[in-house]
Amino acid sequence: MVDILNALVVLANFVFVPAIAYGSQLALGALGITLIYGILRFSNFAHGDTMAFGAMVVILVTWWMQSVGISIAPLPTALLALPFGIVATVLLLVGTDRLVYKFYRVQKAAPIILVMASLGVMFIMNGLVRFIIGPNDQRFADGARFIIRARDFKESTGLSEGLSIKVSQGITVVTAVIVVAALFWFLNRTRTGKSMRAFSDNEDLALLSGINPERVVLIVWVLVGALATIAGTLYGLDKSFKPFTFFQLLLPMFAAAIVGGLGNPLGAIAGGFVIAFSEVTVTYAFKKVFTYVLPENLAPDGLVQLLSTDYKFAVSFGLLVLVLLFRPTGIFKGQSV
Amino acid sequence: MNMKNIALFGIIFALLIIVGFMQSWVVAFGILNLCLLSSIMALGVNIQWGYAGLFSVGTMGFVALGGVAAVVTSMPPVNEAWSAGMLGILASMAIAIATILIAIRIWRKMPSGRNRSLTMAATLIIGFVVYRYVFDPAVASIERIDPAGTGYLGGLGLPILVSWGVGGLFAAGAAWVIGKIALGLRSDYLAIATLGIAEIVIAVIKNEDWLTRGVKNVNGIERPWPVPLEVDLQASETFVAWADWIGVGAVTGSAIWVKLLYAGLFIIVLAIIMWMSEKALNSPWGRMMRAIRDNEEAAEAMGKDVTARHLQVFVLGSAVCGIAGAMLVTMDGLLTPGTYQPLRFTFLIWVMVIVGGSGNNWGSVLGGFLIWFLWIEVEPIGLWLINQLTSGMSEGNALREHLLDSAAHMRLLTMGLILLLVLRFSPRGLIPEK
Repeated sequence: MVDILNALVVLANFVFVPAIAYGSQLALGALGITLIYGILRFSNFAHGDTMAFGAMVVILVTWWMQSVGISIAPLPTALLALPFGIVATVLLLVGTDRLVYKFYRVQKAAPIILVMASLGVMFIMNGLVRFIIGPNDQRFADGARFIIRARDFKESTGLSEGLSIKVSQGITVVTAVIVVAALFWFLNRTRTGKSMRAFSDNEDLALLSGINPERVVLIVWVLVGALATIAGTLYGLDKSFKPFTFFQLLLPMFAAAIVGGLGNPLGAIAGGFVIAFSEVTVTYAFKKVFTYVLPENLAPDGLVQLLSTDYKFAVSFGLLVLVLLFRPTGIFKGQSV
Repeated sequence: MNMKNIALFGIIFALLIIVGFMQSWVVAFGILNLCLLSSIMALGVNIQWGYAGLFSVGTMGFVALGGVAAVVTSMPPVNEAWSAGMLGILASMAIAIATILIAIRIWRKMPSGRNRSLTMAATLIIGFVVYRYVFDPAVASIERIDPAGTGYLGGLGLPILVSWGVGGLFAAGAAWVIGKIALGLRSDYLAIATLGIAEIVIAVIKNEDWLTRGVKNVNGIERPWPVPLEVDLQASETFVAWADWIGVGAVTGSAIWVKLLYAGLFIIVLAIIMWMSEKALNSPWGRMMRAIRDNEEAAEAMGKDVTARHLQVFVLGSAVCGIAGAMLVTMDGLLTPGTYQPLRFTFLIWVMVIVGGSGNNWGSVLGGFLIWFLWIEVEPIGLWLINQLTSGMSEGNALREHLLDSAAHMRLLTMGLILLLVLRFSPRGLIPEK
């Protein structure tokens, strides 16, 4: 019995907790992608770098706050800096829309042209972030580090395995829940949100019923800016901030959005967790778990790791391929153009 | 080719000559060689985007596969490793392929429903376990042999020129699989699927030490047939006398001579691919492709199999990128997985195609030359510019220091800006499609 409990704690510590935190971050990122897809109707390749930009502003403001001694310990100062990051990112996104995307929208250009424009925007944002903060790892987490420490957990439960939950993981999940609840309340309950969903379902009908498209577009960018900054900051707090990793997040985030069904917000969240759990499970070495559960003579020799951690992209990609092959509209029915 | 286009190419060569006089001729020929390779890659992307309107962002993956081809064809075989692990590797590959074929068969033959899904999942899981059971020990036994020196299978020991074709085949094979999955669906799915496969190819190269030595790099890849080693040239009396007569010295002279020979080889390949592309573009096949690109529904109504044609053109374009990848590794003489960056090998090539003029082969070549030149030269120019702009600030000024440190990132900004400006104000590029 104790062995099984120990095995469960190992699983929780190395699989469930990290996967839930990572899944929340992916879900927030994928929500941004799916909103843009649903309403502006293109795949935004600049999304990863938008996240990097938002996180960068948050980091700069956090450093400033730390230098003048503003803090909300035990919580990280970055939470206090978040609104500044959101405002800056929204301004950047609305500016990009006016300068770049609006032209193609008015022209009713093919979606693929917008995708290419987003590629150019990605270059510029990437260059901007590296120009301002540099390409290296940046640390900005402060405050308490753990909600539950492995040692305290062992002492209080008497198990030989410890469970640790980092503050950043707790904050990630709580923030994600609040943000998602607020987003769904906005989309389903407010007049503006309803007009946005109408616009996404049927553009012409929405225009006929007097919805102002420019206003809808503006609100999409505001939402996307907020989501991207929050997702980027949470990821940076939990892991670390490095511009290139945000670019690499594009693949898992797109996979999450597509697995869930592009254009469907609920699908983006489900997709985020599906990708995160598969990624962590497939790349985790289960040796310890099996050693606890199985009788001694059956204990495995190897690591019992399906794929090495370097292949985590292969997991997102594999799921993406499966969905494309068997259910191109995703788990929850998304749009297709 | 009208006067304007000839003038555009003339400007590029003038720029290269300026670099030759201002910096050094070694640098100028180095840029020229990479310009040639970039042009070939741009031609590959142009075949996909310009001819058929396919948006693939996996160029880096296909280029890297070409690099793998250079290693596995030309490096001398590590005989011990072959005898230790080859059987296991081959057997595990056979198991993997058999599993996938059986799974496909089950999917096709069984009536749909829960039974089919369960049988297929079971087949795949059992296949994977058996595969790993055979594969892991084979890999371990290969990597155990002299890990500091080899620790991998080596190659077939063939002349490296053969690998250029093999690189094309590798890339074509990968493209066929991706195309089968992602083509025929919505247009941006191909983009996302290729983004994924590129990352995976790089992950494989970095981690499968038995095949490519991973991050330990493979170096000492042999030179292709006419190109000698610099040290041999410097040891040859006739060459030294010749270099002294021109007045460049043996060291610089040998570097330039080697680069010139590479340039010659690359120009031959570029000319062949260019000739074939032009022929294809102006043939009935090329017209059909453009018809499909401009209006898929209409082409389909005319009885064209759009998905099959897309697959064909996607495979062809990727093969060209694979050839360029093998050529790049041949010139470098080493395979370093860490150097494959998507910004450099995928998105930069896209900028070349768009700026040069999508749909026009000459445009792609011009774009390859121009953009590669800028990519290299924007950094020193940016540094110079910032130095001028901030010259009023004091020597240790923090802002000035930061700006000077960040000048390297100017190239990303510049490339993004160029792409957006061309896309907006001159979407047909420098040499528009006819």
